[in-house]
Amino acid sequence: MAAAAVAAEAGARVVMADDNPAPGGQIWRGYSADAAGPHGHAFAALIRRVQTARVEIRSGTRVVEQPGAGVIRLEDENGYNDLKYERIIAATGARERFLPFPGWTLPGVMGAGGLQAMVKAGLPIEGKRVVLSGTGPLLLAVAANLAKHGAKIAGVFEQAPLRRLISFGVSLKAFPAKLLEGARYRAAMGAPFRTSAWVTKAHGDGWLRAVKVSDGGRLREIACDYLGCGFHLVPNLELPRLLGCRIDDGFTAVDGAQQSSVPGVYCAGELTGIGGLDKALVEGEIAGLAAAGRPAAHLYKRRDRMLRFAWQLEDAFALRPELRALAEPETIVCRCEDVRFRALEGLRNGREAKLHTRCAMGPCQGRVCGPATKFLFGWGSESVRPPLTPARTGTLAAEFEKSEA
Amino acid sequence: MKARGDHTTGIVLLVNGREAHVREGASVAAAILEAGAACRISVEGEPRAPLCGMGICMECRATVDGAAHVRTCQLTARDGMTVVTG
Repeated sequence: MAAAAVAAEAGARVVMADDNPAPGGQIWRGYSADAAGPHGHAFAALIRRVQTARVEIRSGTRVVEQPGAGVIRLEDENGYNDLKYERIIAATGARERFLPFPGWTLPGVMGAGGLQAMVKAGLPIEGKRVVLSGTGPLLLAVAANLAKHGAKIAGVFEQAPLRRLISFGVSLKAFPAKLLEGARYRAAMGAPFRTSAWVTKAHGDGWLRAVKVSDGGRLREIACDYLGCGFHLVPNLELPRLLGCRIDDGFTAVDGAQQSSVPGVYCAGELTGIGGLDKALVEGEIAGLAAAGRPAAHLYKRRDRMLRFAWQLEDAFALRPELRALAEPETIVCRCEDVRFRALEGLRNGREAKLHTRCAMGPCQGRVCGPATKFLFGWGSESVRPPLTPARTGTLAAEFEKSEA
Repeated sequence: MKARGDHTTGIVLLVNGREAHVREGASVAAAILEAGAACRISVEGEPRAPLCGMGICMECRATVDGAAHVRTCQLTARDGMTVVTG
């Protein structure tokens, strides 16, 4: 949104293609132009700028493939459409990293952000018992938000050790607003926050009933209706990969103006490092200005600070090796194809896993199990193949007709 | 479906033939959970419900108004939609 606004204000013709049903991404999911609160005002101001600058907003729209140079194929509820572009700014955000453990496929087990997104999208949470587990600042933010909506937070279990969080907190002295935000969440959720603790199992018959938690080396069971479980975030690299952008260490490589290794292709936000809203906004602004041929160097200093924050997050919430032992032989790793841990053990790489087990070959195309098998077995995924998302036959047949013609 | 004279702003849809009530702007996935249903049945027969809530994991797929494999977490509920899970 930030990129679209500044590029359009600078005179560019801008189309904003967004998979979500309405603009705002994940943090502003479900916000309307009259939303209240500090987040609400920021969203309202930005969406007004986007509208005033006559950005063409296409919600509920996915990028399916790149049928030719400078063209992307989009699909929405009504069909497909090929869009020509001179510059493209990828701001595809991040998804949660999920790690398999026994029972994680039970209904009622969601990502922490996933549960938050569902509540923003109308899932009633009042009076429900919720456990949050995994790692990252999202856990506290979600706990506070769900408590505000009437959920009973039965506990928040953060795998990172307390000493690492304390040194992270100290390193945040350059970011007092972030510290304040964290403290406010901590106070708002009204529930125990445990470090060096994590969920080991989810129980239930058809729906989640309880979780088992490893807390200070001891196991205990907690009854709950929902488990929100996410292990920090990983970027949605499918679009930059499709466009041929170089990926370094799990993020897109960009220059000072957010331009990727492919000229005319810019990346902003979580794609270049998991840093949240403020980083995404400033990077979007830089990318939007640069794509419209305007100078953006005055924003670099602010962006670089945000990048430092992103790397501090990565360090503070690095995954502990014990989490590799959560999956048991019968635990499903690939949820699309129901591939179990025992079927993957001993395989050498993701390609072998695909050929032997169909792991990562289902409709999510490894978006969920990919980061998990990377952590469990060290497998990487370097390429994507179109279509990026499951698409209608009509969308795919269009390509077929064209190549025959 | 909605009673005449009903001035609430809620949305009513049919999930597996039964009415589910959600608020305006809610997703179809929220309606499915509200109806106490799972979204899909996995390859080996397990019930599955949304995991990511943001259109990535594909666990929330269901048939909506006859269209199969719709990601219900990314679809806003509309009055009178017919949803079939499993």
